[in-house]
Amino acid sequence: MSDETKVDLELDLKGLLCPLPMVKVSQNITNVPVGGVIRAVATDPGAMADIPAWAKSTGNEVLKAEKEDGEFVFLVKRVK
Amino acid sequence: MPEDETRQKSLAMVVMSGDMDKLFGAFIIATGAAAMGMEVTMFFTFWGLRAIKKNVSTGKTLFGKMLGMMYGGDITKANPSKFSFGGMGRWMFGKMMGNHNVSKLIELRDLAVTLGVNMYGCQMSMDVMEIPQDAFIEGVKEPVGVGFFLMKAQDADIQLFI
Repeated sequence: MSDETKVDLELDLKGLLCPLPMVKVSQNITNVPVGGVIRAVATDPGAMADIPAWAKSTGNEVLKAEKEDGEFVFLVKRVK
Repeated sequence: MPEDETRQKSLAMVVMSGDMDKLFGAFIIATGAAAMGMEVTMFFTFWGLRAIKKNVSTGKTLFGKMLGMMYGGDITKANPSKFSFGGMGRWMFGKMMGNHNVSKLIELRDLAVTLGVNMYGCQMSMDVMEIPQDAFIEGVKEPVGVGFFLMKAQDADIQLFI
């Protein structure tokens, strides 16, 4: 499913630690249109908890949060 | 949707400590909250005032100038609350955090300004410690008192004392 999702913005969050992965997603979410998707790749395991929590609090949607080859890949959809 | 769910959440924080570790906590929480869309108020008082100060000397009276010399500088002078060792601890933690790619304290503080975190100096402790408003970095709002903080705190969803 994720492979077919259209990505509007790629975000490289590798090497960043708390709170920056979440902050960068939040700073960039308005750079995609409503309904648009950010694909973010992080190396901080804490982002697996933080980015979904950020999405829940801000009313956005995490389509995917998965570990792939030691990295954490997120698809975040801008809902509003 | 009930009005309550659409209302902007907010966080109100007193920053009394000037310790490096506690300031890290304060600014990580503040930047995180701002990223999550919250309105953030940081009320800096006593030892916390240095965290929003520029690297300028302060003090009018003898005691004020002494304090300005012994507790002067800016946020980069903050020592950890444990293992301070006269500055060694700051250097060691700085190295360790750098090795783990954690942001510097001053970068987090400036990020908080960029993210629109509302920072205020406590007027009373500024008077006592003889630190004027123009000693603060750009982005720090005009000084306020405890009444203003309590007004923010009673309306906030989260209140912290650091």
